[in-house]
Amino acid sequence: MAEPAAISTEPAIPAKRGEPVIRLENIFKTYDLGEVQVQALRGVSLEIGEGEFVAVMGPSGSGKSTIMNILGCLDRPTKGRYFLDGVDVSHMTKTELARIRNRKLGFVFQQFNLLSRTSALENVELPAVYAGIPAEERARRAMEALTRVGLAERAGHHPSQLSGGQQQRVAIARGLVNRPAILLADEPTGNLDSRTSVEIMDILQTLNVEQNITIVVVTHEPDIAQYATRNLLFRDGKLVRDSVVQDRFVAREVLKTLPTVEQQAAEDALQESKQPA
Amino acid sequence: MDFMNTFRLALRALARNKMRSALTMLGIIIGVGAVIAVVSIGQGAQYLVQQGIQAMGTNAVFIAAGSNRAGGVRQGYGGVKTLTVDDMNAILKEIPLIQQAAPALSSRQQVVYGNQNWNTSITGTTPNYFEIRTWPVQAGSAFSDEEVDIAANVCVLGTTVEKILFVDENPIGKTIRIGNLPFRVDGVLESKGQNVTGQDQDDVIFAPYTTVQRKISGITWLQFIAASAVSQEASVAAVAPITSLLRERHRIRAGDDDDFLIRTQADIADLQNQTQATMTYLLGGIASVSLLVGGIGIMNIMLVSVTERTREIGVRMAVGATEDDVRHQFLVEAVTLSMMGGFIGIIFGLMGSALISNFLSWPTLISGKAIIAAVIFSAAVGIFFGYYPAHKAAQLDPIEALRYE
Repeated sequence: MAEPAAISTEPAIPAKRGEPVIRLENIFKTYDLGEVQVQALRGVSLEIGEGEFVAVMGPSGSGKSTIMNILGCLDRPTKGRYFLDGVDVSHMTKTELARIRNRKLGFVFQQFNLLSRTSALENVELPAVYAGIPAEERARRAMEALTRVGLAERAGHHPSQLSGGQQQRVAIARGLVNRPAILLADEPTGNLDSRTSVEIMDILQTLNVEQNITIVVVTHEPDIAQYATRNLLFRDGKLVRDSVVQDRFVAREVLKTLPTVEQQAAEDALQESKQPA
Repeated sequence: MDFMNTFRLALRALARNKMRSALTMLGIIIGVGAVIAVVSIGQGAQYLVQQGIQAMGTNAVFIAAGSNRAGGVRQGYGGVKTLTVDDMNAILKEIPLIQQAAPALSSRQQVVYGNQNWNTSITGTTPNYFEIRTWPVQAGSAFSDEEVDIAANVCVLGTTVEKILFVDENPIGKTIRIGNLPFRVDGVLESKGQNVTGQDQDDVIFAPYTTVQRKISGITWLQFIAASAVSQEASVAAVAPITSLLRERHRIRAGDDDDFLIRTQADIADLQNQTQATMTYLLGGIASVSLLVGGIGIMNIMLVSVTERTREIGVRMAVGATEDDVRHQFLVEAVTLSMMGGFIGIIFGLMGSALISNFLSWPTLISGKAIIAAVIFSAAVGIFFGYYPAHKAAQLDPIEALRYE
């Protein structure tokens, strides 16, 4: 087995801090659709270090969803090796992968994917339930996670009583409750308006900077990718560009330039009143 | 995920669709309720039959004259002339298990009193027959052993005969005509009602067996001997010694058929119980078809539920639920559904059988076994019919489940 550094065809990443949390070695993923075989990934190798904020980009069909599923241990590579937190997870059984997802990974989805008719607190508790953490400790940790995303006072609300942005914050809290090695976000702002999107990026940036949480975001929006520290561009199942973000956006600063919800509403009302005239 | 969490989750999921859960449970409720009610009623009927059999004397042993073969023609029971009072005395003497015995022979005769007449069976016997059959005299008295010795023309009436012949009169001391002979009525027996085969046991007249043998039938043999053993066990144990004694006395060669038939009360009780149990099992079996249908209902709803909650399953898997966690979740839900149905069904079944015993004044016996069986059966239905949907849920691919709209 060759050294990972020798396999990597990409330049060394100066932004990388600490030991790699994720190390992919020549990952292939082939989908067998009967008559045709689709090669979704063709030899991807990369490392992501602790405390990095990585945006995975690429057009549809580029393999970015596939890489997300493999990073998230929802799928296994056809070939190659995947080390998560130093452990080779590429040949684990489904049950072992479920345990890894539970303890090492936090998920944030485009659709939020909260359980309806279940309080925010219980939604956040869910991964802790599967980790077998006792009820009291679970509730304490869930409350702590909700506090981190600024939703402590909404703990008893059901998803239907929360705005999209708030729901996504609950989802982030759920992703954090088992103190995972990385937080994986798949188009986390895809269903949100621009101001709320920036608010979500603010939370992710804060978690990344202040608590050194490793974050991987999949997005097709270049704007959103600008909030990360490093961008990975995929095309045709290959990693084609690995770059450090120049002129990184700082969500807190961007928010100051955006109109608040109230201002936006007032502006919209003004626009509407002008139109019939 | 531990069991209490899974159970709480199941209750919550079921509470979310109250109407649907209730309708799904209905099949199990009806099935279990019907089984419990049917078994309770069946056991009540069995109890009635047992009571009836006990009324005939639990230790009784009946020895009937059998058939003999005359040139290959069998004559049916009571056809042989070999069973005699000497046989009876030999049994009493040599078989200590037998406590009492009474001879018996019957003949159908026309009976007349005043302008009433009736055709009935005249049974000749001795007074201890009434003890063996636990059949007390309600008015007057039974004829005496002395009257048997002298073949007196005296008789005791069954209530059916008494009601027909004596419309408003007290029959004691009156003289009735049996065949061509006058008989004094000494007593009237208590009503025994129908026997287990539906025959009216009170449509009978008893007279000394000597009188019936000599003056009515003109025969010297008996048709049967009614005996009573010292206990119920002894009645069964006495069969073998009586058989060998009678074979010896009747000089029946080894290999030839008996010319008599021995029936104990225990045999009859067994037979009746068996018939009753068969009926109960049959009805219970029909009722349990409803359980099966209920189980299919549960499977159907669980499959719908799994499809509806595909996304939820995906989320649970993504945050760390293993296949086993998901399988348990749905299995516990199905079992909770079926067992709740089972418990409600038990309550309905008990209420139903209470209602029936109230309105029909038919005793119902609540069977603990049936209740335990209902609980186990409904749990089994839940596991059996819940397994496939639960397995289907566990086999979902989290990626596709998360994408499911």
